[in-house]
Amino acid sequence: MDYGEVLERFEPVLGLEVHVELSTVTKMFCGCATVFGAPPNTQVCPTCLGLPGSLPVLNGAAVESVVRIGLALNCSIVPWCRFARKNYFYPDMPKNFQTSQYDEPIAVHGSLEVQLADGSTFTVGIERVHMEEDTGKSLHVGGATGRIHGASHSLLDYNRAGVPLIEIVTKPIVGAGARAPEVARAYVTALRDLLRALEVSDVRMDQGSLRCDANVSLMPRGSSTFGTRTETKNVNSLRSVERAVRHEMSRQAAVLASGGQIVQETRHFDEDSGTTSPGRRKETSEDYRYFPEPDLVPIALRDEWVQRLRATLPELPWQRRARVQAEWGLSDPELRDLVNAGALDLIAATVEAGAPAGAARSWWVSYLSQQANSRSVELTELPITPEQVARVIALVDAGGLTTSLARQVVNGILAGEGEPEEIIAARGLAVVSDSAELMAAVEHALAAQPDVAEKIRSGKVAAAGAIVGAVMKATGGQADAQRVRELVLARCAP
Amino acid sequence: MEVTQAHLDRIAAVDGAVHAFLYLDAAAALSAAAAVDDRVQRADPPASPLAGVPLALKDVFTTVDMPTTCGSRTLQDWWPPYDATVTCRLREAGVVILGKTNMDEFAMGSSTENSAYGPTHNPWDLDRVPGGSGGGSAAAVAAFEVPLAIGTDTGGSIRQPSAVTGTVGVKPTYGGVSRYGLVAFSSSLDQGGPVARTVLDAALLHEVIGGYDPLDSTSIAAPVPPVVQAAHAGATGDLTGLRVGVVSQFRGEGYQPGVLRAFEIAVSRLRELGAHVVEVSCPSFDYALPAYYLIAPSECSSNLARFDGMRYGLRVGDDGSRSAEEVMSLTRAAGFGPEVKRRIMLGTYALSAGYYDAYYGQAQKVRTLIIRDFAAAFERVDVLVSPTTPTTAFGLGERVEDPLAMYLSDLCTIPANLAGNAALSVPAGCSDDDGLPVGLQVMAPSLADDRAYRVAAAYEVARDAADGGPLAHRVPELTEDRLPGPNRAGVVGR
Amino acid sequence: MPAISRDEVAHLARLARLTVTEEELALFASQLEVILTSVARVSEVAAVDVPPTSHAVGLTNVFRADSPRPGLTQQQALCGAYATEDGRFRVPRILDES
Repeated sequence: MDYGEVLERFEPVLGLEVHVELSTVTKMFCGCATVFGAPPNTQVCPTCLGLPGSLPVLNGAAVESVVRIGLALNCSIVPWCRFARKNYFYPDMPKNFQTSQYDEPIAVHGSLEVQLADGSTFTVGIERVHMEEDTGKSLHVGGATGRIHGASHSLLDYNRAGVPLIEIVTKPIVGAGARAPEVARAYVTALRDLLRALEVSDVRMDQGSLRCDANVSLMPRGSSTFGTRTETKNVNSLRSVERAVRHEMSRQAAVLASGGQIVQETRHFDEDSGTTSPGRRKETSEDYRYFPEPDLVPIALRDEWVQRLRATLPELPWQRRARVQAEWGLSDPELRDLVNAGALDLIAATVEAGAPAGAARSWWVSYLSQQANSRSVELTELPITPEQVARVIALVDAGGLTTSLARQVVNGILAGEGEPEEIIAARGLAVVSDSAELMAAVEHALAAQPDVAEKIRSGKVAAAGAIVGAVMKATGGQADAQRVRELVLARCAP
Repeated sequence: MEVTQAHLDRIAAVDGAVHAFLYLDAAAALSAAAAVDDRVQRADPPASPLAGVPLALKDVFTTVDMPTTCGSRTLQDWWPPYDATVTCRLREAGVVILGKTNMDEFAMGSSTENSAYGPTHNPWDLDRVPGGSGGGSAAAVAAFEVPLAIGTDTGGSIRQPSAVTGTVGVKPTYGGVSRYGLVAFSSSLDQGGPVARTVLDAALLHEVIGGYDPLDSTSIAAPVPPVVQAAHAGATGDLTGLRVGVVSQFRGEGYQPGVLRAFEIAVSRLRELGAHVVEVSCPSFDYALPAYYLIAPSECSSNLARFDGMRYGLRVGDDGSRSAEEVMSLTRAAGFGPEVKRRIMLGTYALSAGYYDAYYGQAQKVRTLIIRDFAAAFERVDVLVSPTTPTTAFGLGERVEDPLAMYLSDLCTIPANLAGNAALSVPAGCSDDDGLPVGLQVMAPSLADDRAYRVAAAYEVARDAADGGPLAHRVPELTEDRLPGPNRAGVVGR
Repeated sequence: MPAISRDEVAHLARLARLTVTEEELALFASQLEVILTSVARVSEVAAVDVPPTSHAVGLTNVFRADSPRPGLTQQQALCGAYATEDGRFRVPRILDES
C-alpha cells in the first residue's frame, strides 16, 4: 500500500511521550553528581542505589525546572501534588519501583505551537508534565547486537539512576494527516529548542538527555474511534522520529487492510532499516499498583512562587520569532527562510550581543552558512558563538578589521584557535591603522611609481588605485583600503 | 569500661537462654567505652549523660561495623556501607553499642518468632514470647543485659514487647526520630524509639536519637519535645488537674481478665495522683486493625521489592542458565519467611488494579477518621490510656499457625501509628492470674511526647511505691537451673 | 466475603516475584482469605466524603538545595554484590525489554 493510499483510508493519530533529563547539578532525590560519562557506579549513594534504609529528599531546583517547563508549555500548574510509586521489577531500577507522579502531575493541559517547513503551524496539545527519576543503565553481554536477545548476562551501572527526568505527554495529535510524521518531528524539534532556551537540559538525543517514544494508531476514515496504538521506543534522533512514525503508519495500514488486527505492544525502532519490530510480548499486562509515595511529602505550589518562576522564563522561541519579525521588518517568507536555516535564534542572539541586525544577518546567512555547508553541519553546530560573531562585527565597525580580515578571524575561530583577539594577535591580522606606518608605505609606493604619482597630482584620481594596490600588497592586505586611498590623495594634493 | 564489661559478662551468662542478640561485638564495645573513659580522664567529658552507657540496637538499623540482617535470611551477613542517622547520633553521644538485637523478620510480627535466626525468649518466662517485632531489644533490657535499647514501632513493635517484658517502650511522634538507615517496613508508620527500664532513661535516650534530619523528608523540623524535663517533673508524682481519657473501645472480649484488672488498678493510681479520669469513645479505633493490615502490607510489598539478589543480599539459583526474573523469584522465596510472604501478597492484592479503592483506598479513609477521633478526644482530655496489649506474654508456638490471632496483639497500639501521635508503654504491674507484666499505654497528641513521659514518670513513682520497688527488678533470676541447653545458634561473638 | 482463588494467589506471587510451591499456594490462599475477610471490614465505614490520609505528618514542600553531597565509592557500592564485572553489578540474563 503506498503512502497516499494509507492516508486515503486512515487518519493517523499520534501520541508523543518525551522524557527530558534535567541538567541539575545533583540527582532528583539525593546529592549525587549527574555528570555524563563517569566510571560506573561512582556517582551513587545509599538513596539512588536503593539500599535498605535509604530515603529520598527532593531536589528543589528540579521542581523549579519542571514548573518553568510547564509554564513555557502554557500548562496550568496544579496547586498541590504528590509523588507516587510505580511498582514493577527490573534490574535497572534499584528499588524495583520508580518514584514518579501518577494521577497528580505537576502541570496539565497546555499546548505548543509547532511550525512546519512550509510555514504553516500546528498546535500540539500537552496533556501533562510530571517528574520522575531515571533508571540505571544496563549492558547486555553475550548477544550479537548488544541487545537483550541472546545475551548471557547483564551488567548494571547506577550512575544514571535517580537523575531527574521530566515526562511530557501530548494529547492525541489528530488531523495532521499525511503530515503526521513531519508534525511529530517538528514537535520534538520545537520542544527541544524550548527546553534549550529554558536552560533546563542539554537535550542531546544522542546522549539520552532527550528521549522520545512515539505512539501511533490509525483511525479508519469516517470513524471517530481511535484505533489500537503501538508504542515505538529507541527513537534516537529527530530524523528517526519522522521515520518511525511514517513506518508505523504504513505497517499498521497494511495489517488492517489485510483484515488483521493491531496488537497493542511496545515496538523497537531500528535505525539502519527504518523499521519497527515487536518487543517481547508480556503474558500479563503490567499492573503498576500505584500508591502515594510515603517517603516524600506533598508539594504545595503557591501562586506567588509560580509567578516568580514565570518571571524567570526567557523569551520563548515563538515570542522571539514574532518580535524579531516585527523589529527587522521581515516578510513571512523571509522569516521562514531564516527559521529553516536555523539562523533565526543565532542572529537574534548576535543582535542581543550588540551587533546591528543587518550585519548579524549577513554574516550568518552568507559566510557562516557557506562554512556550515562545506563542513556538512547545521549552522547551530558550527563551533562559533553569536557573542564571537558580534565581537568580530564590532571590530570591523570600529575599523580594527576589514571584511576580508574579519573572515580570516572567523576561520580562526572555526578552527578552534581561540577568541577573536587572540587570533588577531597570533596571526597578526590587525588592520594597520598606524598613520606613520601607513604614510611610510604610501611614500614608498609613490616613490616606486613616480609616473602614477604624477598622474594623480595632475588630477587623475582614478590612478590612485594602483598606489592603493601596492600599499595593500606591502601591508599584506591589512590596511584599510579606503583610508589608504584618502592618504594617497591627500599626499598628492597640490 | 567496667560497666561495659559487666554487661558483656551478663550477656555471656544469660543470652544463651534469652537469645536477645543476633550480633555482639565485645572488642568494639570495650574500645568505644575506653574512648569515653579517656575523654573523661582528659577533662573533656562528652556532652551526653549517656556517654559510656551500653546499648542494644534492633537489627533493623544500618551499622557499618556490624551486620544488619533485619531478622531475615535475605540479609544474612549484609554489612551496610553506611550508618543510620540513629546509629550516628548514638555514636556521637558516646553510647556504647554492644550489638544488634533479634526481631521478627523485617519487623513483621508480634512475638519475634518470625525471626530467621530463632526466637527470643521472655526473661520473665523462657517458654513465652518477648513480644515483637522488637522482642530482642525488650528482652535484653528486661534481662539486665543492657540498660538501654533502641526499637522500632510500626503497629506496636516497641510498646507491646515492653508491655510483656515489664520495660518502658516509647513510640515517638511520627517524624520525631529519623528513619534514614531504618530498613523500611511500612514507611508512613515506622518510627524508631527508646526501650529502657525507667521512664527517665527512656527520655534521656529519646533526646539523643530524636530531632530533625535533613536526610529524611518526613522528619519534623522542630526540637525534640522536652521529654527529660517532663520525666523529672512527673517524678514528683503530682498529676493534679491532668485530664485522662480511658479509651472505651479497648476492653471486653479478647482481653485477658488479669490484664484488665491490672489496668483498672493503674487507672485508680492515676486518680490518686490527682488526675481526672473520664471515659472517651473513639469509634473508628474498631477499624484500626483492619486498616493497618491493609496499609502496612501494601507499603511493605513495595518496600521489600528491592530484595531481589541483584545488588546485595542473598542470591539463589543463579546457575548460569536461569533468567534474572527466575533468580529473583527463587531468591525471594528462599530469603523471606511465611509471614513476610503473606504480607507481601496481601499488600500486592490491596494495591492491585480493581481492588485499590475498596482496600487500600478505604483504609486511608479510616486513617483520616482515626486522626479525627484522636483530635476530638484531645479536646476533652490531655492523654488517653489503655492496656498496651490485650494479654500477657503468650507461649512460644501458641499463635504461630494463626496469623489473625497474632495480629490481635496490636489492637490497642495500632491507632497511634496510623495517626502518628506519641504513645508509650510503662509497666502497670503484674497480672494477678499469671504474675506476668502488664503494660499501661499512654497516648499524647503529636509533638506532645513530653506529656506522655510526665504521666508515665508519675505513674512509675506511684507503682514502685505501691509494689515496694521497681517492677523490672522482679524479673525472675536467670539462674543455671532455668537456662536450657547449649547456646542457641545466631549469637555471634567477636 | 472476598474469596481468593489459588489462581489469584499464583498471580499475586508472580507480580511479587515469589516462587511458591503447590502446598504454599493452597495454604496462602486459605490464610489470605481469612485475613481479607477480616480487613474487608474497612468497607463498613461509610466514608464517601472522607478524604484519604497518605501522610500523617502534615509537612509540605520539603526540598534540598541542588548541591553535591559525597556518596559511596565504587567499592562501597559494590560491596554487598553477589557478582560484579568491570565495576558493574553482574546479573543473570534479562528476559523482558524495559
